[in-house]
Amino acid sequence: MELTTTWYLVLSVLMFSIGAVGLLVRRNPLVMFMCVELMLNAVNISFVAFGADLNDVGGQISVFFVLVVAAVEVVVGLALVVAITRRRSDANADDISVLRG
Amino acid sequence: MLAQIETLPVNTPDVDWAGLLPLAILGVGAVVLVMFRSVVKRLPADIETQVVTLVGPITVLGMWVAGGYAGENVPLASVRDDVGEPAFYIGLLVVMGVAALLVRTMQIGLDAAVTAGVGLSAISAVWALWDDRFTSTGPFNAIGDQFGVDGFSLVITGVIASAVVLVAFLLDDYLRREELDGPEMYVLMLLSAAGGVVMAGANDLIVLFLGLETLSIAVYVMAAMHVRRSESQEAGLKYFVLGAFSSAFLLYGIAMVYGATGSTNLIDIRIFLDSVVLVDDGLLMAGFALLLVGLGFKVAAAPFHSWTPDVYQGAPTPVVAFMASAVKAAGFAALVRVFVVTFGGYSSDWQPAVYALALLTLVVGSVLAVVQRDAKRMLAYSSISHAGFILVGVQASSPEGTASVVFYAVAYTFLVIGSFGVLTVVSGRGDRATSLDDLDGLAARRPALALAFTIFLLAQAGVPLTTGFVAKFEVIGAAVEARSYWLAIAAMVTAVVSAFLYLRIVLSMYMGTAAENPADDGSRIHPAAALAIGVALVITLGFGIVPGPIDELARDAVPHLVAAG
Repeated sequence: MELTTTWYLVLSVLMFSIGAVGLLVRRNPLVMFMCVELMLNAVNISFVAFGADLNDVGGQISVFFVLVVAAVEVVVGLALVVAITRRRSDANADDISVLRG
Repeated sequence: MLAQIETLPVNTPDVDWAGLLPLAILGVGAVVLVMFRSVVKRLPADIETQVVTLVGPITVLGMWVAGGYAGENVPLASVRDDVGEPAFYIGLLVVMGVAALLVRTMQIGLDAAVTAGVGLSAISAVWALWDDRFTSTGPFNAIGDQFGVDGFSLVITGVIASAVVLVAFLLDDYLRREELDGPEMYVLMLLSAAGGVVMAGANDLIVLFLGLETLSIAVYVMAAMHVRRSESQEAGLKYFVLGAFSSAFLLYGIAMVYGATGSTNLIDIRIFLDSVVLVDDGLLMAGFALLLVGLGFKVAAAPFHSWTPDVYQGAPTPVVAFMASAVKAAGFAALVRVFVVTFGGYSSDWQPAVYALALLTLVVGSVLAVVQRDAKRMLAYSSISHAGFILVGVQASSPEGTASVVFYAVAYTFLVIGSFGVLTVVSGRGDRATSLDDLDGLAARRPALALAFTIFLLAQAGVPLTTGFVAKFEVIGAAVEARSYWLAIAAMVTAVVSAFLYLRIVLSMYMGTAAENPADDGSRIHPAAALAIGVALVITLGFGIVPGPIDELARDAVPHLVAAG
C-alpha cells in the first residue's frame, strides 16, 4: 500500500484533534502546554505534506517559523507556571479560578 | 532535495527601508530601552529628572529625523530646505525647549518618557509615509512582496503607536503606585506594538502569524506582570493557554489555505483564486473556518470570547487599555486583509459565518454586560459588543465596510484608553476598587474624572456629538448598503441595550451616595495620566463634532495587495 498525501493529512487531523481535546480535558498546565505543542506539530506535518504534494519548499520553510514560535511560547508559558507555583504549591487549572463572573 | 535547493538562485528581496521605518522605530526602541536599562539599573532621583527632561528635546529631534527620512513633502521634513538658515535653528530650539518644559511638568519616569518618545517618532514616520510616499506613489511593498505599506496599514500603525504613547502615560503612575516600576512593561509593550504593525502590513500568512505571535506573547506576559496579585497571574495563564490554542487553529487554517492554493502569500493566493475555479474547495473552506476561529479568538468575538472578562478583570488596568485598543485594532486589520481583500472573491462563502459571529457577539456582549458587578468585567463585555459592531463592518465586505472598520478602530482606541485610564486612577492601590459600587458618588469625590468617564460611557453608548456615534453610524450604514438589514437592526437594538447599562453607571456616579472608598485616597491625579485621559477626551469629543478628518482618513485607508514588480 502506497502512502499518499491524504494519509499524512489524516494523521495531522488526528494529532490536532488529540491536542485540542487534551487541552480542553486535562487540568495540569504542563500537560496543556504539551497539547498545544501537539497541535502545532500536527500543523507542521500538514505543512510538509502539502509542500511535498505541491513540490514547493514554502511548506517546509514555514515549519521552521512554527518551531521557533512554539519554542518561544513554551518559554513564556513555563515562566508563567513557575510564577504561579511560587505562590502556590501545586499548579492545577481548577485551583486557578479566582476570576469568575 | 538538498542538491536541488543548492542549485536554486538565492533571491534577495528589495527592501524599502523608509517603508519599514515605523516598525523599525518601535522594535529598535524596545531593544535599546532594555539594553540601556540593563546597564543603568537605577539613577539617582535628581539625575533622572535631568535625563527625563532631555528626552523631550530628543523626541522632537527623533520625530524630525524620522519624518524627514520617511517622506519629503511633510511639514516636519519640509524645513529641510531651510536647514542652515538661522530662523530654522531658532524655531527648532524653541520647540525643543517647549518639549523639555512639557516633560518636566508631567513628572514622568524615564522609561515612560522614552517609550512615549519612541511612539511619537513612529507616528511622525507614519505621517510622513502617508503624506508623501503614499499619496504621491500609492501603496508599495517594503520587503519583497511580504510586507505592504498602504493607507490601511499606515492608519492601523498610527493607531497602535498612539495607543503606545497614551498607555505609557497611564502606566507610569500605575507602576509607581503598585511598586512595580521597571522597564519590562514598556519594553514588552513596544515589542507587542511592533508585532501589531507587522500584522497590519503582512502580505503573507506566515508573516501575519509571526506578527500575531510577537503581539500576543508580549501581551500574555504583560497581563501577568502584577507579581503580587494572584488575579493578574491567573489572567496571564488563562490568556496564554487560550491564546496558544487559538494560534494553533489560525496556523492550521494557514496550512489548509496553503494546501488549497499552493502559496501562503496573499498576493499569490488572490491571483490564484481569481484565475482558477476550484473543483473541490473543501480544503479552502476548512481553511476559512479555522482562520476565522483563530482571528475570532484574538478580537474576542463570541463564541470565542470566554477569556475576555477574566483576563480584563485580572490584568493590570493600563495593560487592559492596551489590549482593548492596539491588540484589537491589529486583529481586525488582519481580519480585513485576509478575508475582505484576499478572499473577497469568495465573500459569499465566508460572509454568512461572519454574519453569525457578528450577531452572536453583539447579543452576548450587550446582554451579559448588564448583569456584571465589576467595572472592568463590564467594560470587557462592552468591548465584546464593540467587536460585534466592527464585525458588522467586516461582514459588509465592501470599501464602505472597510472604511467603517478603520473609523471604528480609530474611535474605539481613544474611547477605550480613556475609559480604562479613568478606571486606572479610580481603582486605587492594588486595583481593588473596581466594583461598580465603588463608582457610586464618584462625581462628589472626583468631579473632573466623573465628567470624563461620563463622556466616555456616553460615547461608547453611541450618543451624538461623540466619535462613538459616528463610528456606529458608519458601520450600520455599511451593513445597510450591503443589504444586511436584519444585522443592522440587531446592531441598533443591542446598542440600546448597552446604552441602558452605561446610563445606569452615569446615574450612580452622580446620584449615588458617596461611598467611602478606602483604595482611592482622592489625591491629585498624576499629570501624565491626566494628559492621557485629556487627549482621549479631546479626540472623542472633537472628532465627534467634526468627524470629517477621520472620515476622510478612513476612506483613503484602502487595503491593497501590490504584486511585486
